[in-house]
Amino acid sequence: MSAAFRTASGGRIDRSKQLAFTFDGVRMIGHPGDTLASALTANGVRLLARSFKYHRPRGLVAAGSEEPNALVTVIRDDGRTTPNLAATTVELYDGLVAVSQNRWPSLKWDVGALNDLFSPIFVSGFYYKTFMWPRSFWQKVYEPRIRAAAGFGEAPKAADPDRYANRFAHCDVLVIGVGPAGLAAARAAADAGARVILCDENPELGGSLLADPSAVIDGEPGAAWAASIAADLAARETVTLLTRTTAFGWYQDNMVGLLERVTDHLADPPDHLPRERLWQVRAKRVVIAAGALERPLVFPENDRPGIMLADAARTFLARHGVAAGSRAVVFTATDSAYAAAIEAKAAGVSVALVADLRREASPAAEAARAAGIRVDLATTIEATSGGLSVESVRLARVAANGSIAPGETIACDLVLHSAGFTPTVHLFSQSRGKLRFDADRGVFLPGEPHEDATSAGACNGAETLAACLAAGHAAGAAAARAATGGEVAERAYAAEGLAIEIGGHFGEVPHGRDASRVKCFVDLQHDVTAKDIRLATREGFRSIEHVKRFTTTGMATDQGKASNMNALAVAAATMGLDVPQVGLTTFRRPYTPVSFGAFAGVNRGGLFDPIRRTPSHDAAAARGAPFEDVGLWKRAWWFPRDGEDRHAAVARECRTVRETVGVFDASTLGKIEVVGPDAAEFLNRMYVNPFLKLGVGRCRYGILCRDDGFVYDDGVIGRIAEDRFHVTTTTGGAPRVLMMMEDYLQTEWPELDVWLTSTTEQWAVVAIQGPEAREVIAPLVAGVDLSTAAFPHMSVADCRILGLPGRLFRVSFTGELGYELNVPADYGAALWDALLARAEALGGCAYGTETMHVLRAEKGYIIVGQDTDGTLTPADAGLARAVGKSKPDFVGKAGMARPDLTGPHRKEIVGLLPDDPKCVLDEGAQITAEANPAKGAHALGHVTSAYWSANVGRGIALAMVEGGRSRMGTKLHVPMPTGPIAVTVVDPVFWDKEGKRLDG
Amino acid sequence: MHFSFLSLLRNAFSAHRDWPEQWRSPEPKPAYDVVIVGGGGHGLAAAYYLAAEFGIRDVAVVEKGWIGGGNTGRNTTIVRSNYLLEESEALYDHALKLWENLSQVLNYNVMFSPRGVMMLAHTTHDVQSFKRHFHANRLAGIDTEWLTPEEARDWCPGLNIARDIRYPIVGATLQKRGGVARHDAVAWGYARAASALGVDILENCEVTGIRRAADGSIEALDTTKGVIAAKKVGVSAAGHTSVVMDMAGVRMPIESFPLQALVSEPLKPIVSCVVMSNTIHAYISQSDKGDLVIGAGTDQYVSYSQTGGMQITAHTLDAICELFPVLRRVRMMRNWGGIVDTTADRSPILGTTPVPGLYVNCGWGTGGFKATPGAGHLLAATIAKGEPHPIAAPFSLDRFARGRLIDEAAAAAVAH
Amino acid sequence: MLLITCPYCGPRPEIEFAARGEAHVARAAPDADGEAVAASLYVRSNPRGVIAERWRHVAGCGRFFDALRHTVTDKFVATYRVGEPRPDLAAPAGAGEGTR
Repeated sequence: MSAAFRTASGGRIDRSKQLAFTFDGVRMIGHPGDTLASALTANGVRLLARSFKYHRPRGLVAAGSEEPNALVTVIRDDGRTTPNLAATTVELYDGLVAVSQNRWPSLKWDVGALNDLFSPIFVSGFYYKTFMWPRSFWQKVYEPRIRAAAGFGEAPKAADPDRYANRFAHCDVLVIGVGPAGLAAARAAADAGARVILCDENPELGGSLLADPSAVIDGEPGAAWAASIAADLAARETVTLLTRTTAFGWYQDNMVGLLERVTDHLADPPDHLPRERLWQVRAKRVVIAAGALERPLVFPENDRPGIMLADAARTFLARHGVAAGSRAVVFTATDSAYAAAIEAKAAGVSVALVADLRREASPAAEAARAAGIRVDLATTIEATSGGLSVESVRLARVAANGSIAPGETIACDLVLHSAGFTPTVHLFSQSRGKLRFDADRGVFLPGEPHEDATSAGACNGAETLAACLAAGHAAGAAAARAATGGEVAERAYAAEGLAIEIGGHFGEVPHGRDASRVKCFVDLQHDVTAKDIRLATREGFRSIEHVKRFTTTGMATDQGKASNMNALAVAAATMGLDVPQVGLTTFRRPYTPVSFGAFAGVNRGGLFDPIRRTPSHDAAAARGAPFEDVGLWKRAWWFPRDGEDRHAAVARECRTVRETVGVFDASTLGKIEVVGPDAAEFLNRMYVNPFLKLGVGRCRYGILCRDDGFVYDDGVIGRIAEDRFHVTTTTGGAPRVLMMMEDYLQTEWPELDVWLTSTTEQWAVVAIQGPEAREVIAPLVAGVDLSTAAFPHMSVADCRILGLPGRLFRVSFTGELGYELNVPADYGAALWDALLARAEALGGCAYGTETMHVLRAEKGYIIVGQDTDGTLTPADAGLARAVGKSKPDFVGKAGMARPDLTGPHRKEIVGLLPDDPKCVLDEGAQITAEANPAKGAHALGHVTSAYWSANVGRGIALAMVEGGRSRMGTKLHVPMPTGPIAVTVVDPVFWDKEGKRLDG
Repeated sequence: MHFSFLSLLRNAFSAHRDWPEQWRSPEPKPAYDVVIVGGGGHGLAAAYYLAAEFGIRDVAVVEKGWIGGGNTGRNTTIVRSNYLLEESEALYDHALKLWENLSQVLNYNVMFSPRGVMMLAHTTHDVQSFKRHFHANRLAGIDTEWLTPEEARDWCPGLNIARDIRYPIVGATLQKRGGVARHDAVAWGYARAASALGVDILENCEVTGIRRAADGSIEALDTTKGVIAAKKVGVSAAGHTSVVMDMAGVRMPIESFPLQALVSEPLKPIVSCVVMSNTIHAYISQSDKGDLVIGAGTDQYVSYSQTGGMQITAHTLDAICELFPVLRRVRMMRNWGGIVDTTADRSPILGTTPVPGLYVNCGWGTGGFKATPGAGHLLAATIAKGEPHPIAAPFSLDRFARGRLIDEAAAAAVAH
Repeated sequence: MLLITCPYCGPRPEIEFAARGEAHVARAAPDADGEAVAASLYVRSNPRGVIAERWRHVAGCGRFFDALRHTVTDKFVATYRVGEPRPDLAAPAGAGEGTR
């Protein structure tokens, strides 16, 4: 069974195979080689969509990606639902399910069409003038209704399960668009020895050759020639040929984004293929051979289903074997539409007439007459009628003086129209090349390029097949020469085929209707008419960018491919200006829409960001420890035992560390090895602390500021040898500290002989803290006398640990006797297991980051980034003593001397004790002088850390408080939603103020 | 002509032939009391408030292109005031209060839509930081709520609150008074209202030089439309601030970076509020037209090119797809760039300059749109009085030398 | 994504590099006053035109270098080594290593 509008023969479809599909639930049949658009047309379906604002019935206008009307949703399942696809770009597959959009209850009977009745009110920008009263109605009444009415398709209901891939590629020559010019260019470039990538948005290469039965190149039919050249190119190792691939965006320095649609055309996509692949191609040279797009004529009621571009009808006929109607009227301002008339007639379509806006009969008109087609010159269409499809048009005669005489009404179900062609300069313009206005033809053409790119063929103004081929060859040869120095012989193609006319008629056609009331659509998807554009200019929107924004012309999903030049012409004519004076809107990426998923590619789930795991990760996970995200790291938060909750586990861990011993994975700390004759001098300049006199084997707590004088990072720095330091940083700060050090070393003090190496990944670090710490490590460590006399607090030594080359620190972030054992990272898990086994045998335990936080807060040790926030100086943080004031210079010295960085208004870190000992303050809570401050009252500071301290037996907190150290013992308040909490300002050391426990 | 449904109806009968131009396009006068450099939302608002509130009507706005064509027409239109520091809270809430009546005051529907701004916390550090915001805002009288992940999802269906994603959502703050507005309408509404009060809006008029009198004070501007004398000049030129101020010999603590944004194709309503995530770098809302409006980050280098790299938008869309996995098949329809003028402390500069008669409003970085009415009002007040408005005073140019920075970024690491 | 020519490694994609701000800005002296500190830390020429700026080939050789780049076209004019003076663009070719 053949569909009603399928021609008896012809087309590049496989008539031997049938593909079943549904549209709005109606089952139909198409063939391989069909698009959804051609298959629907073959089945006589012409109502495909409703317009955005007026919900007018709409059908196909174009045959390619520039289609403004026919947006559909294609459904595979809940997650694989794709809205807003142009039916012309959806390749048919067996079982395809498509539904229409933006209509209720059905496409035929759409309540939204009532909007059309109000269209005299709903003109461009009407919403700026109303919906303001009463004020509260905007959010409650007007906007919800506008939102419900707006939008086209619906986003999927479930997460998209498909995969997307990314690929980077380099080439000598990238050819964009594979019509005659692109094929000639790619062939020339490849012949010259260049590595070539060529891409085209269509499934088949050849571009206009596929739709032009008259094309003959070197004696071969155009389509066959294209196939043979494509096959030749595909066979070459130096050529990458990408079909279904759109060059969508031009980024700097010839980085071009390509979107390859890999599986959307398949009925059953195989699992191993991604749905789409996003290419980032860096090309030495680019040849743009993007062709030209036919421009619609702007005439009254030009939006009914069945009114389409002549070139689209030719494409449906030649490529898909589909006649777009049974009785056609052709309306044209150029010659090429005559071919559509002649070809349609040959395919059995009744062609009522060709209405030609021009006054003189061209050879094409004579040829049409010779083929038996009526041709009316100086004739316009001034009305159309029909409901869900065009049913007739009313002609009018345009006299030489411009006056209009009404003419006859012609019944038809198809109107093919053509205003001429517009070069596709989108990508050239995206590449920031300058466009030049061709005043003779009225179009913008590529001018001075910004990138290493050439435009060739119709996109550069060529009108004949021979000119396109010649330009393509020249551009390909030149690009290859520039990229590689390769040469290729001259090649002259003998070619005949349909010529297009770049230029033609722009803007509204002459007609006898009331131009202030009749709808002559310029932007079909957004329902922008010529009178809307005139309204915009009347209201003072004179820049084309203002016109665009006020009317929304060109802002639809087709990005104004068919409408921009007409809009510009209407605006220019209204204002009595030349087109270049009005300007051209910017061509923005992407050429056609690109899935979010394609950009995201594989960067999802676990690959969204790298995951860094500590050596003890698996052991911690085995014990049921939850993990906390700290930067890229996953850190064990606490180690629950026997159904303990967080609170119980942390309280137990805190007590155990202070009573016996605890084991903590500290591998995430950043580590930088600073080596060289000037290493001490370098650190002396970087850190606020003095380092020249630090003895070998000794450690110092270092504070790093930036040159603005604010605390940036901190860590323990050990001197391993005269010329070697082991620097630790905060977990999150390691990369930026190393960057900062490199910056000063390479650019500020290049005279210093120092080498910096990140060793974060080289060392696994396990901290042992608590009175039994020495007992735990003693059997595992060799080569160090662990006695306090020989190896006191803040010591470091290279030694053997578990028989491995290790580095032992005696440091404490808990206030207890403590060690940090460093071994090569691969042995970290073994070290963890060995230490934990010994600790547990002594009654100790593993502890996580939460216990670490509590224990250090009990001692008043700050965490940079939690208790400081980039606005505190070392003095604010209570670390003034650390600053080497006698040093001639260090990073931040001048910055922290600025007038407002000292004084009583500075915020300082203090301790807080809630009056209610059971209370644990909210981190981030504000601190005020009054218990019940008025709205807008000044906050004295905020709580930076707050914990339940099992060891102290109460809630404790650290805080930043204005003039904090002068407020010791005073009462302040923390206003909470549930009421104020009274607190007392105290010294931030809550445990072992004398520091006796450091020695166990 | 007053805008209302009735006037719209009346004009429908006359086929809308009688609407006047929304703002006059006069030739420049030789001199003005005040010239505002920059016809974006901020500059037009300043001109409007000078005329409407401070009685200074001899005002011109000079714009090198078309009004609203810079960052005003290129941003993602987020409006909120839930900043951390008291100076910032006062500044942005001043603006938010003006937003709330702006359509009525201007008689122009700027479509301010307080649909809520939700900021997502993903880590312990985020929670600490956002709780600090929450408490600070409460104290300042700025509406704010703390949401559990489930509450966040209920407020914005489609949000992925699964615990097993790379950075699960662990909480959120919500400012219900925050939302979005129609950016172009803000520029046009201010232009129309200002023009009606006598302000001259001079489009396609680029400043090419600044003339100073013997005493150093402002005398006149050289423009592509001739010399325009001015008693006072307010520079509100966003990304081009350094270029304009350089003409007056004032070097600025400003760098201009590319900032990209993008929209999807129009969809039926799916994202009900503004959702922002600083940790994974994404913010998204949905316009009345149905487009998803998504802000990307800045490129890393100074540029006036109004474009940026694909890696920047791709990174943002990574994050959007993590937060809203149902959007992976949704497609980017349009992508563009603006030029944002940033300061070291990510707070604006608004006030006097070392040049008598020269005032500046700049440094809004990625977040200037939300301040439009407030910035304009404060710039107008500062120009009218010749001294900084109290709300603007902390945002002085000399704060950098003094070290009294208003560092929202360092204090909270929250994107604007 | 820019294509940047590292003077040590050759042309590489921008994602290998870290931009590190304007070049040839002197660090404030240790006894500098607030104005001098602000001039060093915050005031930038921010030109609409050729800028001298610092880059680091962080995912490559790790070296810092300086570059001249036009901030409207985003095109690099020259890259040169740290410590070398800003190339004089008016000078004949060879003054700086042209990248494009």
